[in-house]
Amino acid sequence: MRQRLAGQLAFTNFVVWGIGAAVLVFVIVGSIATISKGIYPPDVWASFIIFGLAQGSVYALIALGYTLVYGVLFMINFAHGEVFMGGMYIAFYVARAFEESGLLDANPFLALLIITIVAMVSSMVIAFLVERIAYRPLRRAPRLIPLITAIGASFFLQNAFRGLFGPSTKVYPDVDILKGNWVLFGVRILKTQVLVIVAAVVIMIGLYLLVQYTKVGRAMRAVAEDKDAAALMGINVDRVIVITFVVGAAMAGAAGVLYALLFKQVTHTVGFIPGLKAFTAAVLGGIGNIPGAMVGGLFLGIFESVGPALFFAGLNIPAPNQLKDVIAFTMLVMVLIFRPTGILGEALSEKKA
Amino acid sequence: MATLTATRHSTISPWRSTAQRGVVLGLVVLFIALVGLVGAFAKKDLVYEVISVGQFLLLISGFIGGYITGQRSEHLGIAARVLHGTMVAVISGVIVALFLLLATTVDFRDILVNSNRDLFAVLQFKQEAPLSGAIVLVVVFAVTGLAGSLLSLPPQRWRAPIMTGLLVVLLIGLLADLLDVLLVSGPFKPLAEFLFPRKGISVPGALALFVVSAIVSTIWPFFGQVTTPARKWINSPGRKPVKFTLIVAVLVPLIIVLPWVLQLYLSDVMTNVGIYILMGLGLNIVVGFAGLLDLGYVAFFAIGAYVMGLLTSPDSSLALSLTFWEALPISMVVAGTFGVLLGIPVLRMRGDYLAIVTLGFGEIIRILATSEVLLPVIGGPQGILGIPKPALFGLVFKDAQYIFYIVVVCALIALYVSWRLSDSRIGRAWVAIREDEDVAEAMGINLVSYKLLAFAIGATFSGMAGGIFAAKLGSIFPHSFNLLISINVLSLIIVGGMGSLPGVFIGALVLVGLPELLREFAEYRLLMYGAALVGMMLIKPEGFVPAQQRKRELAQEDVFPEELEEISAPAVAEEVAS
Amino acid sequence: MSLLVANMVTKRFGGLTAVSRFSMEIPERTIFSLIGPNGAGKTTFFNCVTGFYTPDEGDIVFNTRRINGLSTDRITRLGIARTYQNIRLFQNMTAIENVMVGQHSLLHSGLVRTLAWLPVLVEENKATTRARELLEFVGLKGKGDVIAKNLPYGDQRRLEIARALASDPQLLLLDEPAAGMNPHETTAIMRFIQRLRDELKLTIFLIEHDMRVVMGISDHVTVLDYGEKIAEGSPDDVRANPKVIEAYLGKPVEEV
Repeated sequence: MRQRLAGQLAFTNFVVWGIGAAVLVFVIVGSIATISKGIYPPDVWASFIIFGLAQGSVYALIALGYTLVYGVLFMINFAHGEVFMGGMYIAFYVARAFEESGLLDANPFLALLIITIVAMVSSMVIAFLVERIAYRPLRRAPRLIPLITAIGASFFLQNAFRGLFGPSTKVYPDVDILKGNWVLFGVRILKTQVLVIVAAVVIMIGLYLLVQYTKVGRAMRAVAEDKDAAALMGINVDRVIVITFVVGAAMAGAAGVLYALLFKQVTHTVGFIPGLKAFTAAVLGGIGNIPGAMVGGLFLGIFESVGPALFFAGLNIPAPNQLKDVIAFTMLVMVLIFRPTGILGEALSEKKA
Repeated sequence: MATLTATRHSTISPWRSTAQRGVVLGLVVLFIALVGLVGAFAKKDLVYEVISVGQFLLLISGFIGGYITGQRSEHLGIAARVLHGTMVAVISGVIVALFLLLATTVDFRDILVNSNRDLFAVLQFKQEAPLSGAIVLVVVFAVTGLAGSLLSLPPQRWRAPIMTGLLVVLLIGLLADLLDVLLVSGPFKPLAEFLFPRKGISVPGALALFVVSAIVSTIWPFFGQVTTPARKWINSPGRKPVKFTLIVAVLVPLIIVLPWVLQLYLSDVMTNVGIYILMGLGLNIVVGFAGLLDLGYVAFFAIGAYVMGLLTSPDSSLALSLTFWEALPISMVVAGTFGVLLGIPVLRMRGDYLAIVTLGFGEIIRILATSEVLLPVIGGPQGILGIPKPALFGLVFKDAQYIFYIVVVCALIALYVSWRLSDSRIGRAWVAIREDEDVAEAMGINLVSYKLLAFAIGATFSGMAGGIFAAKLGSIFPHSFNLLISINVLSLIIVGGMGSLPGVFIGALVLVGLPELLREFAEYRLLMYGAALVGMMLIKPEGFVPAQQRKRELAQEDVFPEELEEISAPAVAEEVAS
Repeated sequence: MSLLVANMVTKRFGGLTAVSRFSMEIPERTIFSLIGPNGAGKTTFFNCVTGFYTPDEGDIVFNTRRINGLSTDRITRLGIARTYQNIRLFQNMTAIENVMVGQHSLLHSGLVRTLAWLPVLVEENKATTRARELLEFVGLKGKGDVIAKNLPYGDQRRLEIARALASDPQLLLLDEPAAGMNPHETTAIMRFIQRLRDELKLTIFLIEHDMRVVMGISDHVTVLDYGEKIAEGSPDDVRANPKVIEAYLGKPVEEV
């Protein structure tokens, strides 16, 4: 019995590495098969990559919310996906009103700007309420409790939206000026995709400037580094935490509008899976690490877009796109198992288990 | 609910907190109305022709507003307390009324789907014109707020009967249809006719219930005193076997007879509750005992169901046509093995990452089950059909009533295992791991073995539940095995109490049983679960029937034993130095 | 016979070398003290012995068996137990439950026996009795049902020792057992540790800052500074050693 137990730890490591290796082999073999068979021409791959960049930009913006909150509170804001959904959802009604009144086509950029602002504000309000009602009272509770609360908040929000606005799918209107595509170096790029990528980059630069060069940003970094020391410096920690939540939410709200431009359909469950994927991106880049979240998001977007075709088509696996989410979730699981500190490394000072 | 009593009233002016409370309450009532709860319940009569459950929700909101305000302003004078209580209700009523007026002029229906005529009818208390309806609404809120604040004044002894009476009327009213069906077919028929002549409770019936329960609640303390000697006797150490035999002697006939008393529909409900109890007992071991938050728990349920389907259904890809009894242990073993497999990678992870990874596993399995890739083996979106019902010595368990017995037996087995594990070396090891993993290891506890053991047993119970589920339904589809089930099970053990065995039963009855019984609730189940999780964590994280250990970890107050004062320091120092 | 032998043990954390080429031997049934200024690497070395850390270089041998690299639970089962610098009891368990967990490695009830119930009853009874005896031995008689976090500080320290004794160790590691104690309590703990060596035939490995304790009861003392051994010998040898004095008090002013 004693000998068996001593070997057990080694055995479990073996199993884990075995699974990881198996996944890696599968991925490599599939990729080689697909490329050697030449199933897709280069311009199709390019379009996959561009789409992945657009999708990844959305993930990156959402991931920033996760990473910011984790940096200050060491908790996964499970309800962040619903913050993302909420902004998108409420802004839908504004978008619809603009379409009906014609403003959307007459002055599309103004309309989109207003829609985005509405989305960001809605997300910020939701995040503020969740922090105030569900998270703040439990700041000092054992770790399991805020996590369960967050899960509860997530489900509550989803179904509150369903109850208030109905279970039907809302479809964002098309914006005339964004229809169609450009051709660049022989590659067809959708105009919406370009807008999404550019807008996301602008917003991320804005966030970076905020965090690095403003007083508020410095306070956020201080609280993330060491809450107690920050308090001793005269920083109102509670307020900074709220600000962090709200800034992250604003990112998510903007991401919501971009997502709507890409995919158009909005339901109360639309936040769940992108939320999880964005969390993956945040961990991938190193949780707490802001540039990491950006890079992680883009990487995951491309990986998920290119993946089904690259890994599965060569092996003749039917309907590879159904398994798109499996790829993302497998990446989630792999990262958390093998490299939970992320590729760029955690920006946190110590492990707070 | 002592934990909610804040003591900050000295720094905020009473009017400001009244205004805050009123606005918050008003928004909450508005939310409840717009989410559809008021409308859904409007059709259900609480007291026949007098008040519907929907209206009751409105009234109770005003009442609660007045009551809580009155309770929290104990430092003010009586008149002030009543005034503020009423004002809170009035303010909230005004908010709702304003919305009513707005919504009847501007049509919100294509945004807020419940902003419709049915809702307005309830809010207007059957007045024709919105304006008069709004006024009546505010007045009604004022009256209920007044009543609530008045009720907060007298001491507990006087309040209890009234609260009990109201609560009983509410419960009986919600379950009116159900009770009617139950009572009508037996010796209690006259009672059924008195209480439930048509929809809801009759007026005299409601009054009678109120009075009777108020009287009972007043007498209860005396009853308690009278029976104390008897209760002490039965609870004393030597009598445990006697107590146990008595409980068994009462419960066993009850359980045997139950499906026939409840008839088909309710037996079906009870069977579902039983399946969730099985899963709850399993997750209770993983989360409650070992402290590992597994959000992918539904995966093992699915595996158990699929194994049952594959092994027993003649239409499946395996076409082995085993019997239920042969397939069930195999389901359990396969599920348990997967429990170990899925547990191995997460052994060293911290709590929140563990939750997310298990969630990821659950989702991966769900997507794979639905995908075309595995279609030839497990049927893809079409699932597996033709799963035969269990049969024993020629008797086919075709109805829910028979399956109920299987569920009961399995639940008892799971209960026994859970009980034995909790009060043992293994159970202690799990608590130690939960409290301080590193020190637990230093005690000689092999973390790998014990964590995997928890996963394995939890998964086995879930697989058992899955197998029964498959046989009960006769066909399984991958869409039914989603995250929501994991959340369901998690909610019920949280509400009941993490790590508490009776808690699992209570949680399942409340969170699975009630929604099935109250059909109107069905659409709002998930909303309730979300609110329940958040609410429980804020108010009573140890659950309603807490396990001792968890109570110490989670509950707010510290319990200081009296014994400590009796032992004097010098005496102890003497002993140590000797 | 040496119970514990460390041979050139080195432990690094990134760029910091916490313990550097540290060698020592602890003979059986002695009280062996490890002293040194704060941050010298004493607790790190303790952690290497108990398996919480794995040394980067060097070996640790217990009872002629190499233990570096083994898991902590394995090492405990081989006969090493410890207490912690800042008390790490299972706060929400009662005193007796803490001690019962300490006995984990001695009990045998696995899954099957637990489910069968009857085989376990006898063992649990004996375990409970032994736990009560241990509590009495450390001076906590009658306090078995008190929740650990509610015990006064001194009792908590005693409980930790009881819990460590519960696994029937040969080698007991005590990390600053006299911390926070007044002179009266300190004397008591000194006599108690001597009892452990004499009555229970234990070998004690001690980290301590209180020189009265170290000088009063140690059979042997080793001094660590910046991860390196700078002196060892009997208490008197070490007390007079100039390097030791310098490590604790710094160089005399004239020499600067």
